[in-house]
Amino acid sequence: MSDSDLSGFGPAGTTRGLPTAMAAAQAPEIILADARSTSWSRRDFIKGIVASGATVAGLSYFGAGCTTPLPAQTAGGVERLISLDVNGQTRRVDVLPGETLAMTLRYKLGLTGTKLGCDRAECGACTVLIGGVTHYSCSTLTHRVRGREITTVEGLAGPNGELHPVQQAFVAELSPQCGFCTPGQVMAAVALLDRNPNPTREEARVAMSGNLCRCGAYHNYLDGVMRAAREA
Amino acid sequence: MMKDMMAGFELFQPADVETALDLLDRYGDRGWRLAGGYDSLDWLKNRGKGPTAVIDLEGIDELRGIRETSDGIEIGALTTLTEVETNGLIQERFSLLADAARHVASPQIRNAGTLGGNLCQDTRCWYYRYGVKCYRAGGNTCYAAAPEAMNREHAVFGASRCVAVTPSDCAPAVVALDAQMVVRNRRGQRVINAADFFMEPSVDIRRMTVLEPEDLLVAIRLPNAWANASFYFEKVADRNVWDFPLVNVAAAFRMDGSTVADARIVCGAVQCIPRRARSAERLVRGQTRSDQVATSAGAAAVQGAEPLAFNQFKVPLMQNLVKRAVQGA
Ligand SMILES: Cc1cc2nc3c(=O)[nH]c(=O)nc-3n(C[C@H](O)[C@H](O)[C@H](O)COP(=O)(O)OP(=O)(O)OC[C@H]3O[C@@H](n4cnc5c(N)ncnc54)[C@H](O)[C@@H]3O)c2cc1C
Ligand code: SF4
Ligand code: FES
Ligand code: FES
Repeated sequence: MSDSDLSGFGPAGTTRGLPTAMAAAQAPEIILADARSTSWSRRDFIKGIVASGATVAGLSYFGAGCTTPLPAQTAGGVERLISLDVNGQTRRVDVLPGETLAMTLRYKLGLTGTKLGCDRAECGACTVLIGGVTHYSCSTLTHRVRGREITTVEGLAGPNGELHPVQQAFVAELSPQCGFCTPGQVMAAVALLDRNPNPTREEARVAMSGNLCRCGAYHNYLDGVMRAAREA
Repeated sequence: MMKDMMAGFELFQPADVETALDLLDRYGDRGWRLAGGYDSLDWLKNRGKGPTAVIDLEGIDELRGIRETSDGIEIGALTTLTEVETNGLIQERFSLLADAARHVASPQIRNAGTLGGNLCQDTRCWYYRYGVKCYRAGGNTCYAAAPEAMNREHAVFGASRCVAVTPSDCAPAVVALDAQMVVRNRRGQRVINAADFFMEPSVDIRRMTVLEPEDLLVAIRLPNAWANASFYFEKVADRNVWDFPLVNVAAAFRMDGSTVADARIVCGAVQCIPRRARSAERLVRGQTRSDQVATSAGAAAVQGAEPLAFNQFKVPLMQNLVKRAVQGA
């Protein structure tokens, strides 16, 4: 029986039942990350790993129980250990075949500025730039973006930590309300102004139309985009 | 969040069509073709489908791009909807398809979603997408046709056990343009007329197109016969962004002076396949596009409609869209 046969494709519960020991046998150091078995919190663990610059391994957030154990290399399939170019840095990371970029960014690379709202391509909270173009990271397989230039909201700050002009304009216009959709809105606005520095309000409205705001602050965001265009 | 974890599969990223075809052949119906992923990942996250191998087409450059050919243009199946929407050649000659692509989903989805994927996408019937075992999923009932079912988005034509509709905005446009679908598998290549590409439930209730598991749609050809015709596209949906069409219409009129020499009027989201309003097309041929002709065309288009409990509104909606298409308004 191959490993993928083991996983089964039934209800989510099928894979959850797999014994932790199986995953542990593959990556013994990772079991430490399981909050149920130690006093470490996942957050501390991830932060520690990120800080140490080590390769971020696969099972920390995902939890041993809910991950299909696959060998690091599967016959002919992709290699799990890959390099990503995120915000100008090369990051080594262990990525499952079915892992989305939002998961990798947030839970393996500690880049929690990118939000997950719906995880179904229906809200825009997870918007990042890939090669300067907006994409929903919740609906992009991480293995697809090897070697591509990925920019998240964390990558926008200037050399001395100053906010990007779009962020400054959003502050000036009080664009965000609760702020949950803001990183996605910022990324959509940055991509727009990179390709069209002087958009009409209508062009801006279309460019921002793939980002929902539950607080309904659409006009404030548009005011912010138009201010950023004027002041840039 | 755990429900959003996809079950395990092997991921292959072939760099050329031959390798992809070998993989499709090897895995058969346990393989999954991945283009932009905006239909695919939904199935995989919800665990509604469980392929053993996912074959990611993204790295295959020969499947991408828009080329001029001797008798029209050829669009690689992996060309993104954003490219289709903004390409000069398509805008100049076949603006109908550019218009249709612009109405799909949201900017981010169009940046990754592909023309091939948009044409091959599965239906959005939520009973089926929710994972219930209906006819289309191999079971023995249709949940959407039950008397108390929520079927506002479902079919008004051509139901055969299944009442699901084609969700695509581009499909009516490629049918209206008499496009040809170039399909390859390990045994060779075949070219299928767009009108014959989509699958009726009466023929095979389990799939939306004629493609077999080992087939790859490699390109969509638009013949010059309809280049620069008079085009009309309109989509009605609950919201302008994200939402699938309640009804859409794609129409092409080849004019001879002020009379219509030939016409294609195709509606989406009213049947499982894009529906050519042939009686309306016949009515406008040889006529000038007056309000009167438009009104009769609209009425002819909805003859024989069989709405369900909650989608009766689709009949006048389709009627008016066909009328407006003929008016060119
Ligand atoms: C929130 C949301 C809203 C949407 N709104 C709309 C809308 O309003 N209008 C609309 O038209 N669409 C809409 N869509 C659908 C979206 O446009 C399609 O999912 C997308 O175009 C499918 O293309 P893809 O490249 O993402 O394909 P994928 O999801 O990767 O593939 C779709 C299907 O086609 C198959 N496939 C893909 N490429 C090929 C190929 N070359 N040969 C053979 N089979 C292939 C795949 O195996 C899969 O079964 C929406 C989707 C979402 C998530
Ligand atoms: S309409 Fe078709 S897809 Fe939907 S429940 Fe009925 S059989 Fe299934
Ligand atoms: S989380 Fe990606 S679009 Fe909502
Ligand atoms: S500011 Fe609250 S969701 Fe947009």
